Amino acid sequence: MKPVLLVDFGSTYTKATAVEAESGKLMGTAQSYTTVEQDISLGLEKALAELKGQTGALEYEKRYACSSAAGGLRMIASGLVPSLTSEAAKRAALGAGAKVIRTYAYELTEDDTAEIAALAPDILLLCGGTDGGNSACALHNAEAIASIDRDFPVVVACNRACARKCAEILTAAGREAIVTENVMPQFNSLNIEPCQKVIREVFLRRIIQAKGLSRMHELISGILMPTPAAVLQALTVLSEDLGELCAVDLGGATTDIYSITEGLPTKAGTVLRGLPEPYAKRTVEGDIGMRYSANGVLEAVGLKRLCSNADITEEQMTAWLARIQEDKGILPREPWEQQADFALAATAIEVGLARHAGEIEPVYTPMGLAYQQTGKDLTRVKQILLTGGALIHTGKAAELAQKAMATTFYPSSLMPRQAQAVVDRHYILSAMGLLSQYDRTLAKTMMIKELL
Amino acid sequence: MAERRMVLGVIGADVHAVGNQILNYAFTEAGFSVVNLGVMVSQEEFIEAAIESDAKAIVVSSLYGHGELDCRGLREKCDEAGLKGILLYVGGNIVVGKQPFEEVEKRFKAMGFDKVFGPGTPPEVTIEALKKDFELLEAQA
Repeated sequence: MKPVLLVDFGSTYTKATAVEAESGKLMGTAQSYTTVEQDISLGLEKALAELKGQTGALEYEKRYACSSAAGGLRMIASGLVPSLTSEAAKRAALGAGAKVIRTYAYELTEDDTAEIAALAPDILLLCGGTDGGNSACALHNAEAIASIDRDFPVVVACNRACARKCAEILTAAGREAIVTENVMPQFNSLNIEPCQKVIREVFLRRIIQAKGLSRMHELISGILMPTPAAVLQALTVLSEDLGELCAVDLGGATTDIYSITEGLPTKAGTVLRGLPEPYAKRTVEGDIGMRYSANGVLEAVGLKRLCSNADITEEQMTAWLARIQEDKGILPREPWEQQADFALAATAIEVGLARHAGEIEPVYTPMGLAYQQTGKDLTRVKQILLTGGALIHTGKAAELAQKAMATTFYPSSLMPRQAQAVVDRHYILSAMGLLSQYDRTLAKTMMIKELL
Repeated sequence: MAERRMVLGVIGADVHAVGNQILNYAFTEAGFSVVNLGVMVSQEEFIEAAIESDAKAIVVSSLYGHGELDCRGLREKCDEAGLKGILLYVGGNIVVGKQPFEEVEKRFKAMGFDKVFGPGTPPEVTIEALKKDFELLEAQA
């Protein structure tokens, strides 16, 4: 027997999963409530004790962990043009599993640097200019960042002609600077993997230590990555067998949307515009969630539309939102409360998917009708994975996804329309992402067995 | 010598892709570093590409007759975006119907274009003009 322990340190829950690596059997899953104030090892000990109750005493061969505790990996991205290197920087950070707290474009002002100092990011990503292109902006921003009196590492992924110089400016000011390849080496070509690799290395080396997670060392052989990166990894591995897929992770405060597909046009006569999309893409909706961001859902669509997603009156919806404000841990009990929560969840998924997916618009040219697509076409994606406590525990996850995909409110959106819903019942996606680092085939087989 | 970089594209709702490919090939062969945006390019896209790639010239094509409407305000937007003095070239079937080229040239120069080329201009002519203008810029630098 070769048991492997997989741990996910979350901001509110620590989840532990035990897997038998020879047979690919899921031995048990446990979770325990953790608070930021408490030592994070308490949460792990509780989860392990619960797990032991399920599996009996085990000698783990390997122990891996991912973490989104202590606010996750908080990053700031900066670039030159908003729709180009700024956007590329943001995508690189999101794909690396970071929480992007702010994105800047053009030259940083004094106000910006003051704001960066106040935000105190874990890592700052400095981009700008294609290779051999604009270097003035990145150099100016390096100077501006060097002047900030805060110690955070800077990943330099700008125009290669000035990257070294930027790093020198930063190191001269005592800042750690790591130079990597440009996120946009040529115009409109995205090159985010080298940058993401560096972000992960910095995360392992510096951030884990700073967040007091290094005390876990005796319990864990290594914290491998931020939790969202583990989920993205799991989905990528799964898509090798299942083909193109999407995933929704609906949380209390944010909603993460993933898509693993090229997303090329499916309609004839379509011109693709804008920055190329990463094959494995993650977006985060910071204003969309079931509890802390419930009002964000309301603001995104309005009360009338929110209610149209369930059998409920506007008064009831307002009452439910008010109760959520009072108690973020509230669970729906009465039928009308369940309806209200259903509407909230369906709308959150719908808004998240619509923002993640691309759009298509008709263009009338003198040569006739043509279509212009920006972003990914997900209309033909066959599977949509649903994860996150808010979805898993409703027992209606598949129904929610169908409702969200059937929306008529985004006629130009290329969001998934007919995907089959797959529910991550035992909450194993992040654990499987970790496991895939150890044994890719095993993780794949287990996911297919567990999910389908 | 630094690379001579330029942005190339067909402006507006124009989907004429063949001429764009020929120009891309000809300019690249002539030694320019071409950022080709292809067809259906908006003014904003030309400008954003020029900023990010630090290009010294924007070469706009138009073949469908609506060029005059599409090009209006490009120079002002370039100034606004900090691309003061960037070379602006335009060429093709840039106006509606057959009009005397001198008048057309005058109108486009008044719009802020440095060089205006009529229908059927061989790429060599544009390349010569670009080389001269780049030399002037490099002499100033």
